[in-house]
Amino acid sequence: MPIDCLVLGAGQEVGKSCVVVTINGKRIMFDCGMHMGYMDHNKYPDFSRISKTRDFNKELSCIIITHFHQDHIGALPYFTEVCGYNGPIYMTYPTKALAPLMLEDNRNVMLGRGEKEQFTSEQIMECMKKVIAVDLKQTVLVDNDLQIRAYYAGHVLGAAMFYAKVGDAAMVYTGDYNMTADRHLGAAQIDRLQLDLVITESTYATTTRDSKYVREREFLKAVHNCVASGGKVLIPAFALGRAQEICMLLDDYWERMNLNVPIYLSAVRSFDRSMINAPGPCVLFATPGMLTGGFSLEVFKQWAPCEQNLIALPGYCVAGTVGRKLMSAKTPAIINVDKNTQIDVRCQIHRLSFSAHTDDKGIMDLVRFLSPKHVILVHGEKTNMAKLKEKIESDLGILCFYPANNESVPIPSTLYIKADVSKSFLKSSLSPNFKFLKTISRADADERAKSSVQVYDDRVAEGALIMQKNPKFVHQNELMVSLGAENHEVLVAYCCPVCVSDELKDVAPSPGENMPPVLDKRSLVHLLYTKLSNDFQDVTIQNDGDHLQIKSFTVSPCLKEMCPHRIQVNPDCTSKAVNFCCTWSMEDEKLAWGVVSIMKDLELKTG
Amino acid sequence: TCLSEGKGYHFPPCHIVNICGFRVLIDCPLDLSALAVFSPLPTVISNLFDEKTSNDGGQCSSNSESVRQEVAESFDSKSLIQAEPWYKTVKSLQLWSVHSLDVVLISSPTGMLGLPFLTRNKDFRAKIYATEAASRLGELLMEDLVSMHMEFRQFYGPEEFGCPQWMAWEKLELLPMALKDIVLGSEGTELCGWMSIYSAADIKGCMEKVQSVKYAEEACYNGSLTIKALSSGLEIGACNWNILSPRGSISYLSGSVFASTTATGFDYKALKGSDILLYSDFTDCNDVDSEKNNFPLATGGCSYSSDIGSCSETIIESWIDSSEYTREMETVSSICSCALETISDGGSVLIAIGRPGVMLQLLEDMSLSLDSSNLKVPIYLVSSVAEELLAFSNIIPECLSSQRQERFYSKPGPLFTHVQLSNEKKLLVSPAIHSSKFLTSWQEPCIVFCPHWSLRLGPVVHLLQRWCQDPNSLLLMEEGYDINLAFLPFKPMSMKYGLCSFISGMKLRKVIPLLKILQPKHVLVPESLRPHISCCNPNFSVCYFSENETVIMPKLKSYADMDIAMDSDSKEKEEQYIAKLKGELLVEQGKHRLVLENKLVLSLQVKGRVDLDSLLTALQKMGMKVTAEHAQSTDGPENVSIVYISEPKEALIEITPTRTMISVADETTSSLVSEAVRSTLVCF
Repeated sequence: MPIDCLVLGAGQEVGKSCVVVTINGKRIMFDCGMHMGYMDHNKYPDFSRISKTRDFNKELSCIIITHFHQDHIGALPYFTEVCGYNGPIYMTYPTKALAPLMLEDNRNVMLGRGEKEQFTSEQIMECMKKVIAVDLKQTVLVDNDLQIRAYYAGHVLGAAMFYAKVGDAAMVYTGDYNMTADRHLGAAQIDRLQLDLVITESTYATTTRDSKYVREREFLKAVHNCVASGGKVLIPAFALGRAQEICMLLDDYWERMNLNVPIYLSAVRSFDRSMINAPGPCVLFATPGMLTGGFSLEVFKQWAPCEQNLIALPGYCVAGTVGRKLMSAKTPAIINVDKNTQIDVRCQIHRLSFSAHTDDKGIMDLVRFLSPKHVILVHGEKTNMAKLKEKIESDLGILCFYPANNESVPIPSTLYIKADVSKSFLKSSLSPNFKFLKTISRADADERAKSSVQVYDDRVAEGALIMQKNPKFVHQNELMVSLGAENHEVLVAYCCPVCVSDELKDVAPSPGENMPPVLDKRSLVHLLYTKLSNDFQDVTIQNDGDHLQIKSFTVSPCLKEMCPHRIQVNPDCTSKAVNFCCTWSMEDEKLAWGVVSIMKDLELKTG
Repeated sequence: TCLSEGKGYHFPPCHIVNICGFRVLIDCPLDLSALAVFSPLPTVISNLFDEKTSNDGGQCSSNSESVRQEVAESFDSKSLIQAEPWYKTVKSLQLWSVHSLDVVLISSPTGMLGLPFLTRNKDFRAKIYATEAASRLGELLMEDLVSMHMEFRQFYGPEEFGCPQWMAWEKLELLPMALKDIVLGSEGTELCGWMSIYSAADIKGCMEKVQSVKYAEEACYNGSLTIKALSSGLEIGACNWNILSPRGSISYLSGSVFASTTATGFDYKALKGSDILLYSDFTDCNDVDSEKNNFPLATGGCSYSSDIGSCSETIIESWIDSSEYTREMETVSSICSCALETISDGGSVLIAIGRPGVMLQLLEDMSLSLDSSNLKVPIYLVSSVAEELLAFSNIIPECLSSQRQERFYSKPGPLFTHVQLSNEKKLLVSPAIHSSKFLTSWQEPCIVFCPHWSLRLGPVVHLLQRWCQDPNSLLLMEEGYDINLAFLPFKPMSMKYGLCSFISGMKLRKVIPLLKILQPKHVLVPESLRPHISCCNPNFSVCYFSENETVIMPKLKSYADMDIAMDSDSKEKEEQYIAKLKGELLVEQGKHRLVLENKLVLSLQVKGRVDLDSLLTALQKMGMKVTAEHAQSTDGPENVSIVYISEPKEALIEITPTRTMISVADETTSSLVSEAVRSTLVCF
């Protein structure tokens, strides 16, 4: 199979995105993420499935990282430095600039949780040196066959969708994307491409979000109420992306409402630990999001027991994190932060759907726009993915899969025959081929006939493909010339007797003559025409007076006495039969015999 | 067609290429060196008075006579045209009707300076493509030009209607020879190329029409041309173009530098294997005269490089890379040391270099060397667009050299250090020389970067007039222009001056190995390179072109390429077969694509002749009783063979060289017979 898609991570789940796609022999790894919900070896994708010998340099053509979130890049230093991958790694310029910071941040969080160190800061820097930065829309030739291109994806700074093409097979891996523009990022943009496969995220596979304005107002109201009553607001968010968005939103609001409650961004304005319990309301953005540890969890432990306080959770929380537990919890509740710590959560919890992920409408829009031959869903929850798959298959008629981790999906791809095209073929198929259909509709009210002409531009290209060393595509008329051969026509002929009813005979024969009745040719043809057009409604029959034509089948009355094509003479109906000479070429054999058999049973009448 | 060979960096060549019926204009520059014929604005009051009178008197006949007398003698500053300058465009471009252009490709920031002249024309409907950085830098250069020009307008008053006085024929006749050459060209035909300046609104209108692309982005024009910009390394944002059409591909190679200090390196690999390569790097062609002495050396280089051509590519690569980078760095450091010397002597340095990339590099190195020698001297950057330029230069990592990118990632910081410099007050940026901030902070000695390199426009004029008598001061400018003419208005000059040359294209000895790597089918090279190219026998055909002459390339293909979409399962293994296909034809990304409607592969026609004997045996095999006879057909001279079949059913086959007629009465016999006929023929 030309395309083979092995899902190592984020199959029917969210976290550790990692998909290895084999296209015509080239293997590309899209994303190399870490699962935030696990602490053991499960947090990394199972790289051993790529290669038993762990010789990744030979197996993989390149790695493509879509953006700097940990669930898309977290395992990269591990893979390059510990597993020893040395091949090219591609990401956008902003991602390359921000990735080391995010990796370092995450490393500190993991150390803070008391996990075993998987890679050092130096290893992160080493890893980043192997990265090749690409610009949006820049077409990069990884090697002679494989080309990749990045498209703007929204979501976070530097996020990109990647297009990859090997030979004739092409695909797009979306990474995470957002189809609606927000305050600091635009909506995803991509060209219309000829694709065999789209691998798309499906975080919000079944939620259609209501208008942004309503969501924002609700959030602001909650925050305002909280600070007005002297509470503290904690917004656990990653340092980049949502934090900026909400910050801009709050800043706007603060200015409008003339509030002067301090807003702290733990990364920017130094927020001293001593200030956690300082009196007075405040708003604090703390990293990491999802409350997986670090500073945000520390603050959470302090603020959660107080009823006045508010925890606003923007975006998605991976299963297994404290954030996820909070989302489903109803206050007051007891939440296990880790094995030893339980927290009595009494504060208010506001769930914000400020995610930079696209909703189901966005996914459908993108898939419809790209209209690939196949879709694979990753980065979502199983039940939702199943529903989305149904929707894609029924609404768009595109085959859709949602493999689990470590499953692989084979996908056929289009093959192109590269052919040289002759000029006259192009000319004939590019010039408009108008068809006029006259439709006459009668308006009932005034019984006046309205006629309108509908114009169709049916540019159907018809030609012949000559397969040889250099395939050629020519116009039908050129075929013989280009082959240097003469046409040899093979025709089949049959002179078919058709019974003619007596009343017709009475009218037709020329009076006073004993010769076989000479019937009016035209009327005979016309009679046959009306008969045949009743029986063959799906083919067009041309009637030009002397003969009828259906495709290559021509029939005309034969008045010769000795027609060479008249083989059998049916003795009982010769007297009242008129012979019709039929000829056709071989390819219309079926049709021809069909017509002939009808003609044999026919009795022509005037009626 | 080549319209103009251009003059080095600041006046790149201009071409019109006709591809698949689309007319593509490559670059639209201005010859700013021609500004030298105009007199700069006087600043000193007494001087001003003199100029004024002579300017007024210019209309009197008496004065013109005195001017005429001067013509005989060597000309001095007075003989320069004292009027609001006009600008010299590519003359032959005027001969093309504007609306016939379909695409305009801009390969460098300087290549778009003449663009507003085109776009302000109502008939202009072409699509302009330029890299993002080139269009931005070009815009800045144009804005700077316009704002510098404003000074003239303030001085001379509003523009006169119609032709300016200096353009009148009798006035032109009075010009000294050297000036006349510039104004009229050597054949005296170039007067029509002169245009008065465009307005800021023209620039805006022009920029709206520019579609910016990124390096290696595939832009598609009208579905059939795929246009790709590939970095050339000459300047930030400069590029070579690759045009892909259904009938072949064309690469346009502008002045290229393999490894530049600031801009992204020359992406020559992407130009590989195109059908036509338009080589338009005139750097060495213009220097051919000066290199005549070196000619044996150059050919030596050729034979040397052709040896290498057979070796692996990597050797060439390393050989190419190192030399240019080090040379450029050497130039920069020598400039710095010259400047330092001047400064320590108590003089000031005036740098009139018009290349943004070089300027940024110099700025950085200059401050470094100042630091290392513990000199505390302010650096000024005076230009109406200085601030925008500096700001822009720090947000375009994708357009900068790999060394610079490396610096960006290894220790997160700005791409250029000038932000830091201006924060530390070591670098002072000012939009104009008369701004109060600039005047209060002014101290000498100092280093000033300012436009314009023609020494006729902008702040450089004022500073030059201030320092031209100071033997301690130093003026740094680019090589390759008529120094005598440039300095004319400032004479007598006791100021030192330094000319520095920066790489503005490929060295001749690198051209041939490069062409060998690129392996194009046809190469178009300028006529002046003929002796150099022809000395080695390449494996591609070479055509030569010269100015204002259309070169018609042989048809690349009589057939265009087409892709036919097929499902992989319907793949046929036959060596040769012919199928009739029906479908929809799409033109996309420079390719024709046929999307099939039906998968039917019908055998429709047969060729060849029916061999009677084999037909008979075939029929007999089917258990038929046959008799054959030859007959002369009644209605023609053709030979007719007739085969009668009597069993199982009656049938008759009539065979002529071009036709076989089967007469049968029932379906089964007919299919059997036609099967037999078919088997003896080649069907498709």
